[in-house]
Amino acid sequence: MGADYQDELDALTREAEAAVDGAEDLSALDQVRVAYLGKKGKLTALLKGLGKLPAEQRPEAGAAINAAKERVSERLEARREVLQAAELEQRLAQERIDVTLPGRGTERGGFHPVTRTLARIAAIFGGAGFHSADGPEVEDDRHNFEALNIPAHHPARAMHDTFYFDATRLLRTHTSPVQIRVMERDGVPIRVIAPGRVYRCDSDLTHTPMFHQVEGLLVDRQVSLADLKGVLHEFLNAFFERPVAVRFRPSYFPFTEPSAEVDVECVICGGDGCRVCKHSGWLEVLGCGMVHPAVFEHAGIDPDQWTGYAFGMGVERLAMLRYGVDDLRLFFDNDLRFLSQFR
Amino acid sequence: MRVSEQWLREWVNPSLSTGELAEALTMAGLEVDAIEPAAPALDGVVVGRIAECHPHPEADRLQICTVEAGGEHVQVVCGAPNARPGLLAPLARVGTELPELTVRETQVRGQLSSGMLCAASELGLSEESDGLLELPAELEPGTPLEKALSLPDTVLEIDLTPNRADCLGMVGIARDVAARTDAPTAPFAPQPVAAQSDDTVAVHLNAPQDCPRYAGRVIRGVDPTAPTPLWMRERLRRAGLRSVSALVDITNYVLLESGQPLHAFDLNRLAPPINVRRARSGESLTLLGGDTVELDDGVLVIADETGPVAFAGVMGGQSTAVDDHTTDVFLEAAHFAPSIIAGRARRYGLHTDASHRFERGVDFETPEPAAERATELILAICGGIAGRTTVTEEPSALPARDPIELRHERLEGLLGWSIDSHRVFSMLEHLGTEPEATTSGWQVTPPSWRFDLEREVDLIEEIARLYGYDQVPERPLEAPLHVADAPEQTLEDYELRRILVERGYHEAIHYAFVDPSLQERLQPQRTRLPLANPLSAELAEMRTSLWPGLLQSVHRNQARQHERVRLFECGRTFQGTLSELAQTPTLAGVCAGARYAEQWDAPRRSVDFFDVKADVEALLALTGAADTFTFEAAEHPALHPGQSACIRRNGEPVGWLGALHPQHAKALELHGNPVLFEIELSALLEARLPHFQAISRYPSIRRDLAVLVDESVAAGDLLSQARDAAGAQAVDGRIFDVYRGKGVPDGQKSVAMGLILQDYSRTLTDRDVDGVIDSVVKRLEQRFGASLRGE
Repeated sequence: MGADYQDELDALTREAEAAVDGAEDLSALDQVRVAYLGKKGKLTALLKGLGKLPAEQRPEAGAAINAAKERVSERLEARREVLQAAELEQRLAQERIDVTLPGRGTERGGFHPVTRTLARIAAIFGGAGFHSADGPEVEDDRHNFEALNIPAHHPARAMHDTFYFDATRLLRTHTSPVQIRVMERDGVPIRVIAPGRVYRCDSDLTHTPMFHQVEGLLVDRQVSLADLKGVLHEFLNAFFERPVAVRFRPSYFPFTEPSAEVDVECVICGGDGCRVCKHSGWLEVLGCGMVHPAVFEHAGIDPDQWTGYAFGMGVERLAMLRYGVDDLRLFFDNDLRFLSQFR
Repeated sequence: MRVSEQWLREWVNPSLSTGELAEALTMAGLEVDAIEPAAPALDGVVVGRIAECHPHPEADRLQICTVEAGGEHVQVVCGAPNARPGLLAPLARVGTELPELTVRETQVRGQLSSGMLCAASELGLSEESDGLLELPAELEPGTPLEKALSLPDTVLEIDLTPNRADCLGMVGIARDVAARTDAPTAPFAPQPVAAQSDDTVAVHLNAPQDCPRYAGRVIRGVDPTAPTPLWMRERLRRAGLRSVSALVDITNYVLLESGQPLHAFDLNRLAPPINVRRARSGESLTLLGGDTVELDDGVLVIADETGPVAFAGVMGGQSTAVDDHTTDVFLEAAHFAPSIIAGRARRYGLHTDASHRFERGVDFETPEPAAERATELILAICGGIAGRTTVTEEPSALPARDPIELRHERLEGLLGWSIDSHRVFSMLEHLGTEPEATTSGWQVTPPSWRFDLEREVDLIEEIARLYGYDQVPERPLEAPLHVADAPEQTLEDYELRRILVERGYHEAIHYAFVDPSLQERLQPQRTRLPLANPLSAELAEMRTSLWPGLLQSVHRNQARQHERVRLFECGRTFQGTLSELAQTPTLAGVCAGARYAEQWDAPRRSVDFFDVKADVEALLALTGAADTFTFEAAEHPALHPGQSACIRRNGEPVGWLGALHPQHAKALELHGNPVLFEIELSALLEARLPHFQAISRYPSIRRDLAVLVDESVAAGDLLSQARDAAGAQAVDGRIFDVYRGKGVPDGQKSVAMGLILQDYSRTLTDRDVDGVIDSVVKRLEQRFGASLRGE
């Protein structure tokens, strides 16, 4: 291979390298590639011209050209990477957004706090094998009163301000009639809760004519007051998510005996006394008792064979304590400023 | 029941503080609701004696009084009409803090006033009063008023349950405290007052089942104007009763003490003999207070020769009432059976202290001692000469006190812990029962004052109560575990609610009774159920739909500057008459205002039918059987006639979706184009179990076609017919454009749909697809007169 030839190749290589370095963007770079390394490129043309050389020079010349092509090609790739990086950088800069702007689409709504509370109560008892049962809201006197050992003229009826439709049909005043319906329908043993709406003809600061209760009923062999105390204390611990002090006070419900009201240590003041607990340190949250034998007899269940306990709780009351709501009436005002706090 | 602690401690005095006593009562089942001072602090108030009164020179109504108090005299200007020389009245000295003011030395129209003579209301001892509180003449001037009134004292407000009528008197509460604390108490056994004459009134018990025992006593020559002693007035006041006259106050006092209601007749207005009998139809009685009630044989009366003179166990009659002229009294203390009183007071709207007790059961051994106690007090306060106490009775009709068997095993089984026999026996004795040990437990005869002890479990409760519920252990829940059901074809309503919550709805809860006029407006065709005793005209009938409540909440929220409202409710609706009433669990929602909450990059437009339809479709999709639901154009009185759909499942109507009729929106003052839906919950809870179908290995082909049809043709029908005609190879289909305007004749529209075709065994050829499309076009031509657009 002659020195001239080598010089020409070197010159061409330098020219190509200069062109690569001078390419300002990827398309210019590609033009450079075509101009030197493409099928009709200048370096490629040299290879094609090898045939004109004497045969003994061809291998050396061929190797030199390929080495030059290699060099240019490497330089070109290096340049491509630089240009690509620059281009990406520029694109990213252009695409910058303000990430503090809010997302697009529909905001989430929320469950009513009563539903939220009911769901928790159902979940806690569900874990202990209590199924949910249901009953009508327009009830008859028999299920709401008679079968629950509250005959006509019983003074306990005065504790229930009842909405009537006629002499025997009414809006249930408690969820307890579901006890009777479950006993009649499913027989024993029983392990249910019955959440639902109940109605009392009463409306003031602390009473609404409709509210929610959850009834519980467990009937089996050898069920005792000790079992009732155990399950309710466990429930209250679970509901408030901490161990709470609980006290069972003798009380009276015609459909349970012994009957008790259950107080929980004031969750607002921790038992020190405050406005919410009327400075007693205790909050009444539940009524309960052992199912009265007369109720079993009404439902055709032998009270000597079966015993059981029942309990009932006010859902709004529990929701108020849990979430710190201080006005019962807010639950049924459906003000979005209230509802949206329970998303 | 308001209980003076001082009074109670006269009957039983356990070594407990006030707080501990209240706690003991509460834990015995006599819940103490409140603990209040019996009077405000009265430091600085003393007994004053008005020595002299002179008219104020500058004011007609004022007097200048010289008041003697503990050896000194002070000048007080006083406006009370009863201020007079010799009167003893409370004197608040300068510096005393009364409930509503601080007493200062002042000049009243130029005259020095160095203190204040007080009325009961000014001391916080009553709500209202006319004139100065008149104190007994025997008090020593200068005595602190608190001492004169036996203060301080505490009032325990006890919330008694209906079974504990035995505690509606001081004696009964004392008995329960004694049983719980072991402190001694005395039975109610006043010394009989010896008869001073043989005067009696004959009494006939014509309805012995209703009134098996009647104690009566004549007292002649009483002073009807004798003042009630201060101590008695105070005790009545602390119990929440007003002082009326000495005779009435005494019967009330004995009632509070013993629990036995008494009645005093003016003997000279009575025409003996007394008959205790059922009223006769047509009889009437004018009661104390002047109301006249019509009677029938469902009520018991005290009658004399002229007819009924008292509504037995409820209220006395006006014609025989004692008053300022009464000199001779016939005192009644009777036992009336709960069954003849229960419900009567309520029926006549006459809830009295007497009826409250009798309908719950009053100790049938108390009439005679109560009559003795009242006689003693009348003689002491009003004077007079007492006749002999007569007790007319029918012993066989007295309440039965049959022995009750209490099994030890049952007691322990029901309470869940073991309890020593001796302890049980002692508690039974403390309760006043007469227990006898048997092989299995005890035979227990309840006392005369307990009407709530009838069966074994009543005794078990008593034992638990005295033992203390807090002593019962807590046993953790224990039972065989069962594998829980996990139904897949029945949804929980909570899952549906969650979908709506995720889609921006807030859950609302409304009363189930609504305004009839609103229902009449929205759903006039439905049969509605009215309440017999509604709280108000606006809450008078049961809702037939959840929409009235939702729309009212939209209105309330919009009035509070929330224009964009999305609410749903899940609850029952009530349709039909009482005999055929459907109480249907229902899910309903409403959207009003902007489609999206205000956002920097979202289009601002009002919500419309299709936005809400998408929400409904999301609910339907949860069933996995959205294809079983159809939306059919139909009119509903609440909805826009051109934007409402009846929702059907398998052809059965299950709900509605539509824009609120603009007229209703205007009348109800609602903005933002409210769109409503309502679906029977049961239709949404039934889900389909997924069933796998093989996935084709061959490519699918999409063909679009646009057809011209009349406006009246429903796009949904077009698509379903197209898919049907395309057969099994049509795996999907959608409508992607509906166009009206240039190139489309008036009254027509162009509907463009895309059909996705695929076969499970081979790749479809153009020829296959052409064939399918041909049959689709033919079907649409036949059914709807459709023509391919562009041909």
